[in-house]
Parts: sequence; C-alpha cells; structure tokens
Amino acid sequence: MSTIITVIVVIGALFLVAAAIYAVHKKDLVVATVATSVISLVLSAFYFILQAPDVALTEAAIGVALTTIIFIVIIRNTKRFED
Amino acid sequence: MKKLIALIFVLYIGVEMFFVFYQIPFGMDRVQSKVGKFYLEHSPKDLKVANAVTSIVVNFRGFDTLGEVTVLFIATTALGSILFRSRKVHNRLNSKRTSVEASMIVQVAGRFLVPLIVLLGAYVFIHGHLTPGGGFQGGVIIATGVLFLLLAYRQFSVNHEPITWIESLAGATFAGLGLTGIFVGKTFLENFLGTGKLNDLLSGGIIPLIYIAVGFKVAAELTGILDTILSISVPVEETENQN
Repeated sequence: MSTIITVIVVIGALFLVAAAIYAVHKKDLVVATVATSVISLVLSAFYFILQAPDVALTEAAIGVALTTIIFIVIIRNTKRFED
Repeated sequence: MKKLIALIFVLYIGVEMFFVFYQIPFGMDRVQSKVGKFYLEHSPKDLKVANAVTSIVVNFRGFDTLGEVTVLFIATTALGSILFRSRKVHNRLNSKRTSVEASMIVQVAGRFLVPLIVLLGAYVFIHGHLTPGGGFQGGVIIATGVLFLLLAYRQFSVNHEPITWIESLAGATFAGLGLTGIFVGKTFLENFLGTGKLNDLLSGGIIPLIYIAVGFKVAAELTGILDTILSISVPVEETENQN
C-alpha cells in the first residue's frame, strides 16, 4: 500500500470522527442526519480505495440514500430541534 | 454515575477491539491465507465466476443468503402489519404526503433519471457474477429510483398487490432452485447447471438466476417499505401550521 493512500485514509478517518462528534452535538436533527450521511459517503469511498467495491456499493445505496431519507421523514413527523 | 459506567464500558470495548485489530497489519494483503485462498482459487476454476464475492455469497455461503433474505422478508411483513391501519386511514382521507408540490426541476429530472436508475439497478444484479455488486445492491438502487418518484410526485403511490406477488415469486424461485438441487440428487443449493465459460454472461450455473431473484425481491420489499413509511405522515393542516 502506497504512502499517498495511507495519508488519504488517515485524513479521512479524522474527518469521519469529527463529523460523528458534530452529528452527536448538533441540536438541529436534519443537519445531524446529513452529517451521518456524509460519514456514509466517505466510508463508501474508503471501501472503494481499500479494494472492496461490493461493500462500497451497498454502503452508498443504503447508508447515503435510504437511511437518510427514512430519518428525514421521521424527523418531519416528529420534532426538528432537540431540547 | 451512569455516565461513568457507560464510559468504562466503552473504553473496555475499545481496548478489546484495539488488541484484536492491532494484530492485523494495516492495509496488508491477508487474502492469500487459508480459506480465502480456497475461495479465490476455486471460484474462477470450478464455478467459472469472475467475482469471487458473488461466488462466496451465493454458492459457498448460499444458505446464509437465504437466511438474510428471510430476515428482510420478516422485517417487511412486520412493518407492513404495524403500519397497515394507518395506511388504510391515510387512503380513506386521501391526504397528501406533503403540503407543497416538488419543484418542476425535480419532477422533470425525475422523469429523465428514474429509468436510468432502474436500468443501472438491473445491470448491477444481472452482472452480479461478473462485476462488483449483486442482488442486494441492485435491488436497493431500484428502490431509490422509486423513492425519487415518491418524493417528486406527491400523487404517486405504489400498488402493493403486484409488489407482494413479485416478492413471493422471487422468494419461491430462490427456495425452489435450492430444492431442485436435492431432486437432482445432490445437496440443497447445489450448483446443478453447467458453469459455462469464465467472463460470459451465461456462466456460473444457478448463481445469476439466484441473484436476479434476490434483486427482484429486495427491490419489491424496499419499495413497499418506503411507500408504507412515506404514506403515514402528519395531515396536511398540521404541516401548514408548523410552517
């Protein structure tokens, strides 16, 4: 594995942790949901870089699209802002 | 106190995970050892399947996949039975999913994109044994296409009768292909068809057939779930008050 890929993966992993902490602390639930979907997007890029295209496809379709939409629909039917 | 216990628990799990993953060299190729080597050698040679992941999921571990499909079926049935009453009420009142129509850009883009998305999904599960992807991924891609329609057109709704039929037929096809292996005189889910040539569309025996069935099943199930979830919403008056 080349050094460039290692550097990209490490920077991406730090970004993932930052996005996860942001999603936990944000009071606006729609923004938090979008943050989790960004996590899924970066993860799927990771799977592709680390030579697992099958898992990358699954993560992109389920994590980015389906889960986000279901969360947003549920937030619309309840409350948008956390107390 | 509660937070302290939670923190200790998380730290404990973290330490355990660290010691497990610490032994694996980062980014190293460990596929060439033991059982992984067996799969990589035998899937192109014996099964004539180019994508080793597909040959593991459908052939070597086919029984597990049948279990996964069953889990998805039970989840869909449970969700449908819980939300069935609210869906009926919704249909009677004929309330809209959203209070505002989606913009014209979204609607026109939907008309262009949805056929392409469905085509991509079908490609992914038909070529599951040649390229990355397979029944689950293709089915989910088709379901996102239907989701686009559901979001763009608020009058659009899915008829659940054919969805149920497609789902049942696809599941029966999977189980039937498995049982045919027994009737032929071998084991359950035995690959009884000829395997053909490597990298051909018609290769791998029953693997493409099973993945096409799984693709139809997953697409139908997720479409049903999405329509059910999206059709139970707050009535129009409440949404307008909130805005």
